Amino acid sequence: MTLVMGAVAYDPKVVTIWGGFRAWLRARDLDFDFVLYSQYERQVEDLVAGRIAAAWNSPLAWVRAERLARARERALTPLVMRDTDQDLTSVVVVRADSPYKEPADLKGETVGVGAVDSPQATLIPGAYLRSAGLRPGEDVRIRRFDVGVGLHGDHVGGERDAARALMDGEVAAACMIDGNHLAFGQEGTLPPGGTRIIGRTPAYDHCNMTVGDAGEDERRRFEELLLSMSYADPEVRPLLDLEGLTAWRPGRTEGYALLDAAVDEAGFYDAEGAVTAAEYAP
Amino acid sequence: MTASPVLDLGFLGFEQGAHLLVQRALRDLPPGAELGVTGLDAALPVHLRAWARKQGHGVRESTDGLGVRAFVIRGRADLDRWAGAVRAGGPRPDGILARADPSWGLAARGALVEPGGPAPRFDLVDRDLVWADIAPSLYASAVAAQWKPDEAIAWDVGFALPEEIERAVVQVMTYLVENEQAALVIPARLLARIHPHFREVQQLLAVQAADEARHVEVFTRRALLRGGELGTSSVSGRESLATLLTEPDFSLASFLLSVLGEGSFLNLLSFLDRHAPDPVTRQVTRMARQDEARHVAFGVAHLQHQAAVDPALRGRLRGAVERRHDALADTAGLNQDVFDALVVLAAGEWTPEAIRRGHEAVRLLQQEMHEGRQHRLIRLGFPADEAAELSSLHTRNFM
Repeated sequence: MTLVMGAVAYDPKVVTIWGGFRAWLRARDLDFDFVLYSQYERQVEDLVAGRIAAAWNSPLAWVRAERLARARERALTPLVMRDTDQDLTSVVVVRADSPYKEPADLKGETVGVGAVDSPQATLIPGAYLRSAGLRPGEDVRIRRFDVGVGLHGDHVGGERDAARALMDGEVAAACMIDGNHLAFGQEGTLPPGGTRIIGRTPAYDHCNMTVGDAGEDERRRFEELLLSMSYADPEVRPLLDLEGLTAWRPGRTEGYALLDAAVDEAGFYDAEGAVTAAEYAP
Repeated sequence: MTASPVLDLGFLGFEQGAHLLVQRALRDLPPGAELGVTGLDAALPVHLRAWARKQGHGVRESTDGLGVRAFVIRGRADLDRWAGAVRAGGPRPDGILARADPSWGLAARGALVEPGGPAPRFDLVDRDLVWADIAPSLYASAVAAQWKPDEAIAWDVGFALPEEIERAVVQVMTYLVENEQAALVIPARLLARIHPHFREVQQLLAVQAADEARHVEVFTRRALLRGGELGTSSVSGRESLATLLTEPDFSLASFLLSVLGEGSFLNLLSFLDRHAPDPVTRQVTRMARQDEARHVAFGVAHLQHQAAVDPALRGRLRGAVERRHDALADTAGLNQDVFDALVVLAAGEWTPEAIRRGHEAVRLLQQEMHEGRQHRLIRLGFPADEAAELSSLHTRNFM
């Protein structure tokens, strides 16, 4: 039976990546195909409903899928993840010449975050600020930069807009994933040395390949083939470069606890996986 | 246990290029080895981890309290990327290979090429199908011999021609432009099909196309110098050129265009130099002839090279001439207006005796062209009788 995977088309390159992987996998005796979604919520619902066997999920999509499945007494597996999905952190950044030394100093100020559904630039930093004693919306004003809502922060635009607002003086601090703080400094969105990091979240994991109703043989073959992809293989390397990994790693669930808690605190999904977030219309 | 090497980045941060120093320090370490990193940039641990993750290196937070802020655990992505890399031949002509790998694409000859990636469609990948040893030196001399139309031609020199002589000049220029446009398009098309491994041939053809672009310019400017309209373009002339454009084989196209066509044009341009009624016509035809001689030289040299390695080549060349002759058998050949204009130019005046001389001069021109073609065919290894026969089958349109 064909193993059909869902992926969210957050960028045109998704077609190149999964079209390439599809050919590679099919050349190795895996009857694999993929379908594209415009946003993660429908992909997750289709995965849990068994309309697709696997989903290339954002961490937030994993959290919701897992809740939806549990409510139906089903189990999902995070089959594999990219090496670059493990142990990420987000940072709270201020202008270098500002007086803030630690997150608590931001009390009464405005903090720029990414899109409403961005794990790395909104939900996890929100939980981090709470842990520092700052209740979003009460102790600090939150200014959201809603770019690509429904893409769970895959679109970098919200984070970049928050970074620009920081340099324009519109917000006192901005939240972003560690890699984007570096990238924004290298590309010039943030002047090198022009910002300071005053807070860093604990490490968390990002995307995973979630598998639901796949046949045991297909699932094993899929896992085996993904894990066997070598960066030394010239056929697959350009696809790995596009997807931003050098190797697939076995999936793990420990890295999602932070986001799971953040989702509860923000009331983003309920325990059964229903969307409860206000102002979230993917 | 040997202590891990430690790199001190000083004040340098990853936003300002610190990765270069880290990369350099990792270069000679084996996968799995650790590199301690220290430095003053406040963001160093965050950025080091973000950078290393993307490069496939691990990071271990430091607990040694000795100033090392983190250890990079060397990964192998960079080694894997270049594991199957090969040199695309050598940079100089002696490094040219018999066959270019299509997957090298646009890589410089001699570069270390990462395997994989797109293979652009260059269908001419065999050296012998495009090469001539003279190509590098011919390219160098072609570049050195480039001239500027504004400087090489005295456009504002004063002269006055009788109206009908001027009209004959304009007719010939109109014909030359049409032919040079074919001579521009053909090498331009061919060069886009040649694998860049044979870059000297591409370069030579690029200059050849540039030469023709210049010829189109100067012939057009001469035609318009006295403000008149251009002359005529006949179906037969364009039919003859169309058969050149449709020849897909590099060697055959080169043979028909450069050896036979441009070869005949050398005689035509000499004729025009000799009979030019004004200095501008003389200069533009003389300058163009210098360039055309190089085009012919490459065509002959390439076919000599190929004939030496492919005994069947001459048979194919013969076939190409015969096919083209058959295709043009029912066409009128040279535009009558062009023929008449050549006679008028050689006559110089409208007396019966002058016209007779002019007509005779054009007959001699055609004889010279025929002899020139035979000479070049003999250089390609054709016996004299076959060379004479093939030359006589060449298009009456000259090009």
